[in-house]
Amino acid sequence: MPRWTMIEAIRDALNVMMAHDDRVVVFGQDVGRFGGVFRCTDGLQGKYGASRCFDTPISESGIVGVAVGMGAYGLRPVAEIQFADYMYPAYDQIVSEAARLRFRSAGEFSAPLVVRMPCGGGIFGAQTHSQSPEALFTHVAGLKTVIPSNPHDAKGLLIAAIEDDDPVIFLEPKRIYNGPFDGHHDRPVVPWSTHELSETPEGYYTVPLGEAAVRREGADVTILAYGTMVHVAEAACHLVGIDAEIIDLRTLVPLDLETVVRSVSKTGRCVIVHEATRTSGFGAELAAQIQEHCFYHLETPIVRVTGWDTPYPHAQEWDYFPGPDRVGRALTRLMEA
Amino acid sequence: MTSSPLTLHIPVPLPCRDGDFSHLHLSDAGGVDRPPVDVREDKIHSLAYRLIRVLDDEGRAVGSWSGTRSVEQLRSGLRAMLKTRAYDVRMAMMQRQRKTSFYMQCKGEEAIACAFQAALKPGDMNFPTYRQQGLLIAQDWPVVDMMCQVLSNEKDRMKGRQLPVFYSAPEAGFFSISGNLATQYVQAVGWAMASAMRGDTRVAAAWIGEGSTAENDFHAALVFASVYRPPVILNVVNNQWAISTNQSVAGGERTTFAARAHGYGIPALRVDGNDYLAVHAAALWAVERARRNLGPTLIEWVTYRMAPHSTSDDPSKYRPQGDQSTWLLGDPIERLKNHLIAIGAWSEERHIQLKVELDEEISTAAREAQSFGTLMEGAKCSPASMFEDVYKVMPRHLREQRQELGF
Repeated sequence: MPRWTMIEAIRDALNVMMAHDDRVVVFGQDVGRFGGVFRCTDGLQGKYGASRCFDTPISESGIVGVAVGMGAYGLRPVAEIQFADYMYPAYDQIVSEAARLRFRSAGEFSAPLVVRMPCGGGIFGAQTHSQSPEALFTHVAGLKTVIPSNPHDAKGLLIAAIEDDDPVIFLEPKRIYNGPFDGHHDRPVVPWSTHELSETPEGYYTVPLGEAAVRREGADVTILAYGTMVHVAEAACHLVGIDAEIIDLRTLVPLDLETVVRSVSKTGRCVIVHEATRTSGFGAELAAQIQEHCFYHLETPIVRVTGWDTPYPHAQEWDYFPGPDRVGRALTRLMEA
Repeated sequence: MTSSPLTLHIPVPLPCRDGDFSHLHLSDAGGVDRPPVDVREDKIHSLAYRLIRVLDDEGRAVGSWSGTRSVEQLRSGLRAMLKTRAYDVRMAMMQRQRKTSFYMQCKGEEAIACAFQAALKPGDMNFPTYRQQGLLIAQDWPVVDMMCQVLSNEKDRMKGRQLPVFYSAPEAGFFSISGNLATQYVQAVGWAMASAMRGDTRVAAAWIGEGSTAENDFHAALVFASVYRPPVILNVVNNQWAISTNQSVAGGERTTFAARAHGYGIPALRVDGNDYLAVHAAALWAVERARRNLGPTLIEWVTYRMAPHSTSDDPSKYRPQGDQSTWLLGDPIERLKNHLIAIGAWSEERHIQLKVELDEEISTAAREAQSFGTLMEGAKCSPASMFEDVYKVMPRHLREQRQELGF
């Protein structure tokens, strides 16, 4: 089985779906001729032609707006927003239009579309190239929100997202595009080829939306994470030697609550890790769900390890990023409680 | 060197100036020549500053834009406009009778939607605003179906989810109305792009009011229409008023809304929107351009919102006295009626008879619609239905919330 980077896996998902379904079209800023600033669409225009993969003007509301119209027509548009930090002009089209079209027309119209956007920090991108806005999407009725943590899942989830009949926000943690970054920023870069989840099947397969994965079984504490933070959580466990169960949520909405509840009920402890700012972050939703469903199993309070409630800084990036030391300290504290 | 203090220009409603409608840049009927549809955009810039008109003050159809409709088709257009107005009157009354929460009339603007629809073919798609009910009525869409939507009753196809008048009718080429302004303008461009990408022959029509051209999505739509040249007609209905703000506040003081297309290299027409014949001829021109793969056209329809913005609005608080009575482009229904009488194809008696017939038809429909319930009483969709259609397949958390509500 080939070992791919996340970029190669995403590109192949697009490739597989463009070959499989001629209604699939791919567009965004710099995605056509150049193949995307992260190379996720490299070669697609050459292979499928400029009417299937093309460049757009620098207009996020325009990109998602035409995607809604194309989806309503009957195409399967996959739009790229170059950085999640730039999605705000498109937010109205996503929230008021894509997410509600099926509901407001009682199913007469719908806009199946995927909006891909690189998210997260760790690349010295400062406050305009580092944000993790997932909670702005999970709060919206009618959207599905997906964040893969590895090449295998990225391909299977993206294919599932393109086939899904509802609008899907597909967040791609850019720090793990080229390797399974675990937060040890001072160590040499690890390539995906060393990681078993870079083994990506050829051709068509899906990872169903709404199913979490248990990345590490453990007895002492449950760590809920997604995207880059799955790898940080693994590093933190190594660091402090705690037998944690790590759950990679993969899809935030719809949430695989069963897997979460089963794990927390077993361990009685829970640490939630995300890179996004803490207040009203997705961790707050997870904490609420856990106290509703696992309250009598909990032995300690639920702990969140997150980005601080500040804009993402440049020079202080590693003080902001919730790395393995911070996660490890939270685990240790929790086990001592 | 001293400088005097700066001052900020705040537009005042132009009609306040003693019925001064000079900003309308009126042209004589027949005074603007019809160019070939494959004309170069830069050759027709003047058409964005003039006003295409066919009907003159004596009710004659004159000039090179006339002659696109037969007498029978014109009588049918008159009927559609009268029916739209009768429908509006009845629905506004039902709102006053507290049978629904809200209503929006299109009084004075009937010619635009009714004549435009007549230029389209089945399969074409309108992305309307909330004042294009004429698109449905002109194609004899059942008014009972529209009334049930306004009444949010058990037969409302939107299941009581939408504000009154936010219709949806795919079979009639009528896209679900959002209510967020301008968002659908760019979606129409996307739909038209898709039609071209698939080698289809269908065209899209985007609709917006002059006030909403200030929204980002209007400009996004024009950029995308300019870049990809999809088969779309970009309609701007300039009815002079965006709730209480005159079109001058939307940027209409210095230039026309049609002229905005020039910066994008998109051909633009400016048309007397109260002239049924001019509307149809201009719409046909733009639709033919789209159908022949010649790209988008922007049309500013100059008209006047005779009614309040909505049933929640009181124009006497902001509209100058006499604004409406001094309005120069008249009433679209009267103008088409006078034309048909002038050519011997209509009479006052037939007109009165038709109005009576239509009032009766609307009353009968209203009784039928109310038999399925109103917003305040009678049957409506189960609360359980609000959990449906959020997603194609209801996810677990919505099933649980539905159960929590008791269903």
